[in-house]
Amino acid sequence: MPIELYRIDDRLVHGQVVVGWGQPLDVTYVVLVDDTIATSDWEQELYRMGAPPEMTVSFESVDSAVARLAEYQSREGHGILLTGDVDTMRRLIERAPSITKVNLGGIHHRPGRTARLRYIFLTPDDERALRELAARGVTITAQDVPAATPLPLEQVLAGTGE
Amino acid sequence: MSSPRPAPLVVRRAVIAGHGDFAAGMISAVQAITGKGDSFRPLSNHDLGPAELEDQIRAAITAVEARVVFTDLPAGSCTVAARRVARDLPEVVVITGTNLSVLLAWVFAPDAPTACENAVDRGRRAMAAFPGGAFAEGGGAH
Repeated sequence: MPIELYRIDDRLVHGQVVVGWGQPLDVTYVVLVDDTIATSDWEQELYRMGAPPEMTVSFESVDSAVARLAEYQSREGHGILLTGDVDTMRRLIERAPSITKVNLGGIHHRPGRTARLRYIFLTPDDERALRELAARGVTITAQDVPAATPLPLEQVLAGTGE
Repeated sequence: MSSPRPAPLVVRRAVIAGHGDFAAGMISAVQAITGKGDSFRPLSNHDLGPAELEDQIRAAITAVEARVVFTDLPAGSCTVAARRVARDLPEVVVITGTNLSVLLAWVFAPDAPTACENAVDRGRRAMAAFPGGAFAEGGGAH
């Protein structure tokens, strides 16, 4: 099975991902792409703790994720690929065009970010990167949990935090 | 009556952090059973990003001089944030998978050297399914 969900979520491995999405999608593996976490045993243990025993968590940098993506996409079971920010996903997709769908799952308030949805706050650079990905044919929707209705990027960018 | 005043009680406090109203709900349950709900400070991760959540947990620990942060789910942003905060605070323990039995065990003896260990043990042993009795011990903690 291909990876079911390519998600940008600054909380990375957490309840909404492993339970909220993990249960209905029957997720057996998570690929966490982050250049910093990929080099830190402490960080990796922290996120591995968050996953139930039947779910493996692999840690990749953008470089190693590009190299191993095809292998993950053909792995048995169901997977979720996570990045913690827009820029990491953008850098990944630029070198991995097989990714055609991106889920905005949670990008929270921080100075310099503007509220677009309750759980989506974006910098101008983030917005530009998302528009560029969309222009290349990547389908981008915001959806925090499976029960929510996915919102197309245009609606997210027109939003005012409602 | 002029008996000597009792020494002021040292009230050990803790933070409870979780999804939705988990913390407030747990505290209301502890209050209903023991009247000791004020031992805990509640915190919800609702709509908070990881940085904000860390800030709030750090502030809550400082505000009540907490020694323990109880969180709901091992796979939770509260647990991740609490562990990041506790990394810089060696006196603070993070307990996850919190249930009511954990809190009740802790709240009656928060100063005991083994308070956290006892609370975790009590919480684990409180889990059971009926009918059919408890499952075999030694299952996963998730």
